[in-house]
Amino acid sequence: MPSEKMLMNGSHTVGEAAVRAGCRYYFGYPITPQNELPEYLSARMQDVGGTFIQGESEIASINMVLGASVAGGRAMTSSSSPGISLKQEGISYMAGMELPGVIINMMRGGPGLGNIAPSAADYFQATRGGGHGDYRTPVLAPAGCQELADLTFLAFDLADKYRNPVMLLGDGLMGQVMEPVVFPDFIDLKDLPRKEWALHGCEGREARAVYSMFLGQQGELYYHNLHLQEKYDRITAEEQRWETKRTDDAEIVVVAYGTAARIADTAIEELEAEGIRAGLFRPITLWPFPLPALRKLSQHVAKIAVFELSLGQMVEDVVLSVGERAEIYFHGLPGGIIPTPAQVAAFIRSALKGDGTVGRRIDV
Amino acid sequence: MSEQVEYIKVFGRPESLKETPTHYCPGCGHSVAHRLVAECLDELGLRGKTIGVPPVGCAVLAYNYFNFDMVEAPHGRALAVATGIKRVHPDKFVLTYQGDGDLAAIGTTETIHAANRGERISTIFINNAIYGMTGGQMAPTTVLGQNATTAPGGRDPRLHGRPIDISRMLAVSDGVVYAERCAISSFKEIRKAKKAIKKAFRCQLDDLGFSLVELLSPCPTNWKMTPKAAWDWVAKEMVKTYPLGVIKDLTGYEDKK
Repeated sequence: MPSEKMLMNGSHTVGEAAVRAGCRYYFGYPITPQNELPEYLSARMQDVGGTFIQGESEIASINMVLGASVAGGRAMTSSSSPGISLKQEGISYMAGMELPGVIINMMRGGPGLGNIAPSAADYFQATRGGGHGDYRTPVLAPAGCQELADLTFLAFDLADKYRNPVMLLGDGLMGQVMEPVVFPDFIDLKDLPRKEWALHGCEGREARAVYSMFLGQQGELYYHNLHLQEKYDRITAEEQRWETKRTDDAEIVVVAYGTAARIADTAIEELEAEGIRAGLFRPITLWPFPLPALRKLSQHVAKIAVFELSLGQMVEDVVLSVGERAEIYFHGLPGGIIPTPAQVAAFIRSALKGDGTVGRRIDV
Repeated sequence: MSEQVEYIKVFGRPESLKETPTHYCPGCGHSVAHRLVAECLDELGLRGKTIGVPPVGCAVLAYNYFNFDMVEAPHGRALAVATGIKRVHPDKFVLTYQGDGDLAAIGTTETIHAANRGERISTIFINNAIYGMTGGQMAPTTVLGQNATTAPGGRDPRLHGRPIDISRMLAVSDGVVYAERCAISSFKEIRKAKKAIKKAFRCQLDDLGFSLVELLSPCPTNWKMTPKAAWDWVAKEMVKTYPLGVIKDLTGYEDKK
């Protein structure tokens, strides 16, 4: 049975959802602004007989996830931007070894140590693989507590289904904000599909190994990469998710994800009172990016306004989707500043007029 | 009528070793160390419940030779990966097999903290004082005066720092119940090494804590010596920096004479 409606902050929401989704192994290293998540799980894992280890580093933590995953457990780590950079080695190995696992990134300002305020400047890192090698990780972008819960469940399911790490990309604001949330029921661990590839000792069968190295001279690595690519193509075909609002007769459509989409949504409501018909296209999977859906939409709308909490990252995927079908405008803010809906409304008005006072036209 | 003869097998390939020929150089300590690990697992009946983590380094392909479940770890991260495995399978036997670069340089953090947590894991530490797979660069354990491709003219403490005795450092931690240093340098020392490995494995089975056996191991290729000279160099030179023997033993096990 789903839970009662509960008031929880975003970090606790992810923790509770992970436990209900069958995660029994959490490994993480403290970093602001997501410490409430490991704190929550340090207690919650005791309730459910799970494992919580505060790792000695981000690197150790992701490798503990790797170990728990290869042993068959549902495992997770969480961090914020600088910590996620450190985890990239482990994520690349997990992709190469085809190991599931969930990585939470509550983004903060960068580059370097940056600051601890919300940001969305890790889009490139998250959607382009992040570590070395030709790999991808599905990236889910929630826009509120209920979606944090639902997408945490989805993250574990996708990770197991495709034997691939999956990233949940939130930000510092989302981790702190409290909202009502209804949790899905606890997954019965016995109901999860058996992981035939997992290691638990070779009693009664041949010994096996899990690895990402292919030194053979017969093109082993070449074929391994083609195999991975086939999987990424399948994910691209089957797992695109997005939400649209008021796009039917819109004269302009805002493209934004996560917290930026929440702010844009409010701005769009305010503009409605002025008689401006603006819509919202909100990618929920950032990889795979819902390219065909946005492309289709752009055939019926004259202007696309991209709003990001970065200085321009997702806009590249929008350009790939839209091309010259519509005029593309961009407005982005660097990390550490949370814009008001009024600022976004000003951007939308400016894009409609094409006067360049807020944001800029993207020359495709 | 011929008489029925009953044969008793007195020697053979351990079940924990596959029949695959190894890529190790002639005189390399890995082949001996692999065999010792395999014999101990067989004798303790552990093969079917073992999950091993090899290093990045010459033994990265150990899963081609060991006949039990294994998983690759990124360079230095074996003990973090092993921690994750052991927490999922506390009833299984988890070992790491790591070289000096893996355990005592790039993976120092993971090594110290897994040991200090007292993870119920057994670690076999192959110290050959050189980076073997990459072609003879200086290792954290390269001894003073020893030549390496990145320490031309020999390791100089002012230029390159001193060799690290990580086993002795680890022994300071309360999480470590047993640490012994042995050598692959003679039949006698090899027999001692086997005894130490078996004891380290028992620590895990008895849920005592973290255990480590360091094996000083010859690398004739990168030391540019014959196998015989390399084994002698372990016995005569390497032991001066890394004295053999029990470093720490809280097991309370009575050793058979």
